[in-house]
Amino acid sequence: MKIVVCVKQVPDTKGGVKFNPDGTLDRGAMLAIMNPDDKAGLEAALRIKDEYGAEVTVLTMGLPKAEEVLREAMAMGADKGILVTDRVLGGADTWATSTTLAGALRNIDYDLIITGRQAIDGDTAQVGPQISEHLDIPVISYAKDIKIEGDSVVVQRQYDDRYHIVKAKMPCLITALSELNDPRYMTPGGIFDAYDKEITVWGRKDLKDVDDSNLGLAGSPTKIAKASDKVRKGAGEKVTLEADEAVTYIMDKLKEKHVI
Amino acid sequence: MGLEEYKGVYVFAQQVDNELSSIAFELLGKAKELAADLNTEVTAVLVGSGIKGLTDQLAEYGADKVIVVDDPQLKDYRTEPYAHALASVINEYKPEIVLVGATAIGRDLGPRVSARVATGLTADCTVLEIGDFPINAIPGQEQKHNQLLMTRPAFGGNTIATIACPDNRPQMATVRPGVMQKIEPIAGAKAEVIEYNPGFTPNNKYVEIVDIVKEISDTVDIMDAKILVSGGRGVGSAENFKILQELADAIGGTVSCSRAVVDNGWMPKELQVGQTGKTVRPNVYFAIGISGAIQHTAGMEESDIIVAINKDDTAPIFDVADYGIVGDLNKIVPKLTEELKKVVR
Repeated sequence: MKIVVCVKQVPDTKGGVKFNPDGTLDRGAMLAIMNPDDKAGLEAALRIKDEYGAEVTVLTMGLPKAEEVLREAMAMGADKGILVTDRVLGGADTWATSTTLAGALRNIDYDLIITGRQAIDGDTAQVGPQISEHLDIPVISYAKDIKIEGDSVVVQRQYDDRYHIVKAKMPCLITALSELNDPRYMTPGGIFDAYDKEITVWGRKDLKDVDDSNLGLAGSPTKIAKASDKVRKGAGEKVTLEADEAVTYIMDKLKEKHVI
Repeated sequence: MGLEEYKGVYVFAQQVDNELSSIAFELLGKAKELAADLNTEVTAVLVGSGIKGLTDQLAEYGADKVIVVDDPQLKDYRTEPYAHALASVINEYKPEIVLVGATAIGRDLGPRVSARVATGLTADCTVLEIGDFPINAIPGQEQKHNQLLMTRPAFGGNTIATIACPDNRPQMATVRPGVMQKIEPIAGAKAEVIEYNPGFTPNNKYVEIVDIVKEISDTVDIMDAKILVSGGRGVGSAENFKILQELADAIGGTVSCSRAVVDNGWMPKELQVGQTGKTVRPNVYFAIGISGAIQHTAGMEESDIIVAINKDDTAPIFDVADYGIVGDLNKIVPKLTEELKKVVR
């Protein structure tokens, strides 16, 4: 079977965020990593490969530098990497991004597409379901477990207070939760091999059945009206106290505010 | 057809097991404000099977109209039939704004529907208002009025972006649960009820639900708690959360936690506060052993009173705390519990 995993290179917002002196986000100082939910999706694909045999292709859209996450994915065990990069694709919102990725996916044979639930930079969780709509295939979001049964996938689909066991015929698209698994590490041999493997690079002209008016910044229905750094709530009091005094201090404040 | 022909503020009234979710009422509260600004009506879109009895409740919380899509195929949430229902309502009734909860259902339904009706969708909004786009007039560019301006955190809460959707209709947003205010229900209010069924014919996209497993929990929803006693990595172990539970019991609060705690498997995900957890705004939030990464503070900084206890005097939690105590939580928390037991009954 053939599996395509969509991955995104993102700034690592988890391990401490760096700011410029003027208070803006210093992206250059932050590590670029493979988005965690996508990595869980890749691991899920690699486990299917280990168990049932599969060809795993990783697909990303981004700057040329995004090749790094494809190399990482191949060092973990993916077979092929495809980078979609083109100036005209820049500034895309989720609609234009999903249109672009769908245009690339139409050139690829797949039984299963796996994306991460959401990327840690945008946190939208939209691109996976939107790709499935463009390709007219079923989507199962928020996957916590994935099994293959013949020509179907059986997925544990997580909700707030329950989960559904959902079965869908392939081809279908699944969005993966980080809780799905613990991704494997790259192996030294894998890293070595990954740099020998060819990465396919596609531009605008390689996208199938997409209209220019749906691509990039110009093709994005949502427009940024204003962006600003978050105004943080000001700090209050800070005291360094031994336990007894600390307790007295807290009790006084709780009384003062009529909490107790 | 022109954009100006799209009218009305529509809300996807999420129900699960034929019980309306809190987010449905929160969205109606916000929709009422937006509709007042636009001089239009609020319509709830109620999708499910055997759900007609829920319409009065939607009216009491602010719906002027309720469009009911009732079909056996809609018994439990599945992406395709629900997307077909909502997309068909949009195509039939042409709303100018559609709000969906940013829940595990809405964050799947919203993107699928927005792609189907070919419009933009802004995720996880925390502020919605009517205004101009561009916000300030730019020479040579038309400034459109009465646009939905959708504000959301991005980059893990480090930045705030305000988004508009000036050239496509409807303007769609998913909205974070717990952020918008419900109105005080108007007893006896009635809405105009419209039944609409676009027809549901199963196809390859109708997935099969093999089983439904409810994860019954006896914990209070942390979003409803008035006092939260929240622990982070600094608590040290799952066992040590006992001292937080005792503090919570003593003050009538509920235990919650940071993402690190969930990642370590000490506490269940449903108790997680923050960007990838829940947004809370209790009267009092105790942040105990929580360093206060922005992903965490994004979910709790609207709390009325924040008390932080942390041994690291440089922890960013002190930047948002009203009362910060640099000290050893293992000594302070049990003593605080003892003191509280003396005064709180």
